Amino acid sequence: MASTLEMTYREALHKSMVEEMDKNADVFLMGEDIGRYEGTFKVTRGLFPKYGHRRVIDTPITEAGFAGIATGAAMAGLRPIVEFMTMSFSILALDQIINHTAKVHYMTNGEVKCPIVFRGPGGAAKQLSAQHSHSMEGWYAHVPGLKVVAPSTPADVYGMLKTAVDDDNPVILYENPGLYAMKGIVPDDPEFKIPFGKAQILREGKDLSLIGYSRMTHVNLAAAEILEKDGISCEVVDVRSLLPLDTETIYASVRKTNRAMVVYEDWRSGGFGAEIAARISEDCFDYLDAPVGRVGGLNVPMPYSRILELECIPDENDVVKAVRKLG
Amino acid sequence: MAKQAEKKNLESPAELEQYYRDMLFIRHFEEKCNVAYRQGKAGGYMHVYIGMEALAVGWMHSIKKAHDYVITAYRDHAHALLLGTDPVAVMAEIMGRKAGTAGGKGGSMHIYDPKNGFYGGWGIVGGHIPLGAGLAFASRYRGDDKVTLNFMGDGAANQGVVYETLNMAALYELPCIFIIENNEFAMGTRLEYHAADTELWKRGTPFGIKSERIDGMDVLQMKKDAQRIIDWVRKEGKPYLVEIMTYRYAGHGAADNDRQLYRTKEEEAENLKRDPVEKLKHILIERNIANEEKLEAIEAEILERVEKIYEEADASPHPDVDEVYDNIYTDMTPEKGH
Repeated sequence: MASTLEMTYREALHKSMVEEMDKNADVFLMGEDIGRYEGTFKVTRGLFPKYGHRRVIDTPITEAGFAGIATGAAMAGLRPIVEFMTMSFSILALDQIINHTAKVHYMTNGEVKCPIVFRGPGGAAKQLSAQHSHSMEGWYAHVPGLKVVAPSTPADVYGMLKTAVDDDNPVILYENPGLYAMKGIVPDDPEFKIPFGKAQILREGKDLSLIGYSRMTHVNLAAAEILEKDGISCEVVDVRSLLPLDTETIYASVRKTNRAMVVYEDWRSGGFGAEIAARISEDCFDYLDAPVGRVGGLNVPMPYSRILELECIPDENDVVKAVRKLG
Repeated sequence: MAKQAEKKNLESPAELEQYYRDMLFIRHFEEKCNVAYRQGKAGGYMHVYIGMEALAVGWMHSIKKAHDYVITAYRDHAHALLLGTDPVAVMAEIMGRKAGTAGGKGGSMHIYDPKNGFYGGWGIVGGHIPLGAGLAFASRYRGDDKVTLNFMGDGAANQGVVYETLNMAALYELPCIFIIENNEFAMGTRLEYHAADTELWKRGTPFGIKSERIDGMDVLQMKKDAQRIIDWVRKEGKPYLVEIMTYRYAGHGAADNDRQLYRTKEEEAENLKRDPVEKLKHILIERNIANEEKLEAIEAEILERVEKIYEEADASPHPDVDEVYDNIYTDMTPEKGH
């Protein structure tokens, strides 16, 4: 059995990228301040001295330009990993990603592949306010041609980054900044991979399914602890992969518990949690003892004040409250 | 004697005839596309290259085919045809057929043929310019000697992402030639009304990119300039920007049926006097390479060829409905159904 190591989410991501770069000379990194400055969230620390400017490329602050150049490089067979300083800035590159990257394979009817990874922090960090706190995963998971994953643990981000680099399709790897410092056990195995489209059950339960991804999985685990004391046994489903979505695991859990609460940090209205909730309603209706519940971020631009900011982001108390209300 | 010496620098008769055949083929192919559109065989948006033939012919005869990269916007039939893409597949794509270059999923605006170095065929004005630089980036990364021809229209020259790309192309020293096909109109908006400075060639200079403006209506000059620039970029491994003055005789697209909204018939007539096909025809006669009779025979042969292409494409089947999910991903399909 392979040994394991304890490390942070940030370190797991870093280790995963190093191993993939060492394995394949076609893998390179591109992004704002990722080289000499070591990255805003320091995920790429030490990589510039190790690989040099050929493979760790500092870009100008022109998101559309470098997203497009990386896409062109992928069309020519290279395997870029593009870091957005925050996913909020990827909005400047939406035309490239949605109108170009995501459609290369279809518009060429399979003649051209586009093996590219876009990764970076999405969602609220701490007091970055309205323009730096977007949850973009639902926007991307709306787009056929992209794959979107949102790992919640160091082991998952380690394994999913590897799967993403290996994938011949464009992948959005969504990291919540609140996870970077989180510690966990990671297999010490460069070949370790987490397949896309596989949700995981992180806690078994029988009364209700708490369904989420990325940092909200940890909020759900905390809520489950609290509810356990009330005698409500929650199953925590970590979706991990939004596109493709593992409805099988989600549905199996809901059919067992007969109640579902979907939790996501993105704006409640129209966020990806709404898609999950709609699907459960459509496909598990006969098993449901209550309407599918949802907890999402408040429908407001993210405010600066820490008090207001915390009000916007769902926490375990919001989840507990919603579960109790569900009846 | 002087004349003899001068002749040594001239193109061979075979080359000249080939340019003529290529230009005429594009013209008639495009005319036939218009017929297809009028007959309802082609739909959507379709943009033909009539009037601009010398430009693409000059450049495509100067690259290493199936080696160098070529990418352009939606006025893309000529580039593909000149790179060696099967014309039946191009026409079939324009008709939305299974045998098309993209199996009927792209249409006129999205012709691709990567095996021949052609990377499309893109619909967002200026949007493909970073992709072209990305192809050149791959050449720089690998250290190969490929050159990328990155075509755009004069309208694209105003897009923000083009400037982001010019900056990065210069910064990373990408072997990429930015070619502005200046046909004087961004759709129906004349150059003077869309560009604060109508000398678009200047737009490379702030980034230190070697830039110039040249004529695109004379295929022989175009060929010489294209070859000179391509050779320079291949040798130096740096970007280049060139504005090429041309004119489209057709409307912006097949849906543009009132050109008088933005230009007069007199202007069109004036520009027809510099028709690149006619110009080459005169040179062929002048240099005794072909007489009227031979030129007529060539034209008849091309017309017949285009007719056959059209018929073959039109006889080919439409896609099967279940192909709709094919090739969205390499290894999966999205959720199916409405």
